Amino acid sequence: MIYEYFSNLTGSEVLASIISAFLPLFLFILPFALIAVLLERKVSAHMQDRLGPMRVGYHGILQTIADILKLIQKEDIIADQNDKPLFNIAPVLVFAGSYAVFAAIPFSSSYLGSNIDLGLFFIVGISGLVVAGILMAGWASNNKYTLLGAMRSAAQLISYEIPTIMIVVTVLMVTGTLNLKEITELQSGYFWNWLIFGGNIAGIAKYLLIPFMFVGFVIIYISTLAEVNRTPFDIPEAESELVSGYHTEYSGMKFAMFFLAEYANMFAVSAIVVLLFFGGYHSPFGYLGNTLGLSWLVPIEQLFWFTFKGIGFVLVQMWLRWTLPRLRVDQLMAVCWKYLIPIAFVNLLIVGLITLL
Amino acid sequence: MTEKEIFDILKEKFPESIIEFVEAQVGENYIKVSPLEIDKVCAFLFTDSRLQFDSLINLSGVDDANGEKKVKEDGSFNFIGGTLSVVYHLESLKHLHKLTLLVSIEKDKQDVVSVTDIWAHANWHEREAFDLLGINFLNHPDLRRILMPYDWDGGFPLRKDYKDPEFYEGMKIPY
Amino acid sequence: MALKTEEMTLNMGPQHPSTHGVLRLELQLDGEFIIDVTPHIGYLHRCFEKHAEFMTYPQVVPYTDRMDYLASMYNEFGYALAVEKLLGIEVPDRVEYIRVIMGELQRIASHLVALGTYGADIGAVTPFLFCFRDREKILSLFEMASGARLLYNYIWVGGVSRDLPPEFLRLTKEFVDYFRPKIKELNDLLTFNKIFIERTANVGILPLDVAVNYGITGPMLRASGLKWDLRKNDPYSVYDKLEFEIPVGNGRMGTVGDSWDRYYVRILEMEESLKIVEQALKQIPEGDVLSAIPKRIKPPVGQVYGRVENPRGELGYFIVSDGSVNPKRIKVRGPSFVNLAVIGELCKGHMIADVISILGSIDIVLGEVDR
Repeated sequence: MIYEYFSNLTGSEVLASIISAFLPLFLFILPFALIAVLLERKVSAHMQDRLGPMRVGYHGILQTIADILKLIQKEDIIADQNDKPLFNIAPVLVFAGSYAVFAAIPFSSSYLGSNIDLGLFFIVGISGLVVAGILMAGWASNNKYTLLGAMRSAAQLISYEIPTIMIVVTVLMVTGTLNLKEITELQSGYFWNWLIFGGNIAGIAKYLLIPFMFVGFVIIYISTLAEVNRTPFDIPEAESELVSGYHTEYSGMKFAMFFLAEYANMFAVSAIVVLLFFGGYHSPFGYLGNTLGLSWLVPIEQLFWFTFKGIGFVLVQMWLRWTLPRLRVDQLMAVCWKYLIPIAFVNLLIVGLITLL
Repeated sequence: MTEKEIFDILKEKFPESIIEFVEAQVGENYIKVSPLEIDKVCAFLFTDSRLQFDSLINLSGVDDANGEKKVKEDGSFNFIGGTLSVVYHLESLKHLHKLTLLVSIEKDKQDVVSVTDIWAHANWHEREAFDLLGINFLNHPDLRRILMPYDWDGGFPLRKDYKDPEFYEGMKIPY
Repeated sequence: MALKTEEMTLNMGPQHPSTHGVLRLELQLDGEFIIDVTPHIGYLHRCFEKHAEFMTYPQVVPYTDRMDYLASMYNEFGYALAVEKLLGIEVPDRVEYIRVIMGELQRIASHLVALGTYGADIGAVTPFLFCFRDREKILSLFEMASGARLLYNYIWVGGVSRDLPPEFLRLTKEFVDYFRPKIKELNDLLTFNKIFIERTANVGILPLDVAVNYGITGPMLRASGLKWDLRKNDPYSVYDKLEFEIPVGNGRMGTVGDSWDRYYVRILEMEESLKIVEQALKQIPEGDVLSAIPKRIKPPVGQVYGRVENPRGELGYFIVSDGSVNPKRIKVRGPSFVNLAVIGELCKGHMIADVISILGSIDIVLGEVDR
């Protein structure tokens, strides 16, 4: 895709890989993080009868840029008792883990970092890197609060991968492929072809699938919410208990990297949900470009729909965060092991039976 | 039950340790108790079915400042002798009556028996009285300073003749 | 062979986001579970009792403000009552009603902080801001009457510092009407939230006998199931002329005396306070508020214990007078100080997250714990 395009353009494979690697970062993640941070503050503020940032620019739209300038100027504090190599590498690892996910996500039919056949599998696998980074951060900070936060976080991430993977397998049984682009293409056409409405299957199986797909969507949404440590599952960084969890000791740009990773993750998991259940980059009603006969307009429309749906789910995450209290660590585990996993498992079996029909 | 009736019961039960019944001009009447017997009196007040003082409302230490005042050249003064008091306000949530006990102790040997075993509430109040007035509560499970720093050795601040020490941990007072 | 594990000591505070000030809790942990909690207090000790010995009686009033800074009106109220008891003076009816209105508004404001910060401790930030929004309106009323928003110096010995401004009664009535639906909003948002109930019900259960033995008072004692409120049991001021209920905990979501009960008793108390304010607004007579303020306070020799039902429990002032213009000794029985002492009992066997939940449900103000 992108890689081939640049490879043709520049004639150098190395240059093409570098460009296609950095493109999502500059084109998407950074602007998204900028917008999402501001959005979060504004959304929360209006939910709480406040105004939020108002001073920098019109209604505070430049607030995040000011924040980043501040973070860049900040002193990078490394305490004497920190384990320095681990301490320094942890934010990079966390960020790399959440950033690598974007390589396999198709933003539109012509903009996809890498069209791998095991795309979904790659995403699940590479996001496991984040756990290592978080554990490193917690351990290397040499602080009891960060250690507790990191332990909680590792336990939580690993536990919640299980229901996520189960739902992925459920979808896999319906689609028969792990390639995200193919999964998306299966859901082309109008919105009733989306997997949450049973996908592009003819006959009674489609209608039978709908309730189970809906259950699958709810489970994967909850468990991905837990994987990105958002309320009500933000136990690792529960600010009222553990001060700030595993990134308590970080400052300046290293803190910013955790922060960026969190917001990148928020979009990444929303994107996965969109890809698996909500038709990926496909429009729910067909394309203006097709109607007008402008074929170059279609990918742009697709990009719009993808970000639109993705940000929609990000907004739901924010909405939940500013409404719900936080679970306790044992209750969190109970939710996962006692409810989500059994339900996901039964769901998996039933969907398997239906696809056999 | 009025304070006078309670006093009669107590006087009968503990002829030695109950010292006198003081009828106050203002505020509450109180019963004076001997400092080393206060725990027994309180245990009786707590358990006796007629009295059942199940709640200690308040416990306060007081410096009576009634010793011989000795003024030094720099204007500071000392009290020689005199007494400290511990005042117990009791209440029965069952019988809805109240009682005030007062223990008076010599400043030179500031020993009172703790009532923490009877009312856990007394724990912190006794620690406070120890901390600020230097009243020593015998049998207290955990008699440490509470409001002042643990390593404070500049005296007991609520005594009337307290004077700031010059230094605390190398810091000048007042700075 | 059993695996050998080590206990961990975790210092929570004095600088920690949810110790509500500068409290230090020393936790002995086995993993996430609490073995022992030792509170260390005194970081905010400002020598109130020593200061008071060098002040005249009216001069102490501003100092009482600074103890429980979330319920300053009630601190003044309690102090004024104690000194009036010592002096044996009666105050005009209008003053009594003003004090009751102020006291009950203060109770609502204080409970709003308690409930809001409790929500924030559990992780729900929005109810906190909703509560502060409503508290702001009460503070504006106080500002109107006294000129200050937090430390009022309004209730004086023998009266109040100035009469109510002309619009005050109408605005208070408006506030009462405005605030009733807001309690329901808070209930919908937080009180009956499933996660919130999971976090607070059956957590930090305080049995009644332990509560009484520890001298616990106020909403904590009532949540443990005892109908005990000094406004009813030992009425002062004009509370005996006003009708209200005493809400008690009934273990609706778990066990009697758990954190949720303590939380919910406060919600119900706010409604009762609204009732009291409404009645007081109707009954308040005209009159002079300054007439009974003594020119020079020189009480007789003696000692007196005056107490009121502060938003957090029984606030007592033990005042010893030696017949001069300065009090010889003022000992404050602060409800926060007393209620905090029980935290070790409540936390045993719970998890770290529960310590926060329990501490929040005790509702301490460290200005009063340390004085």
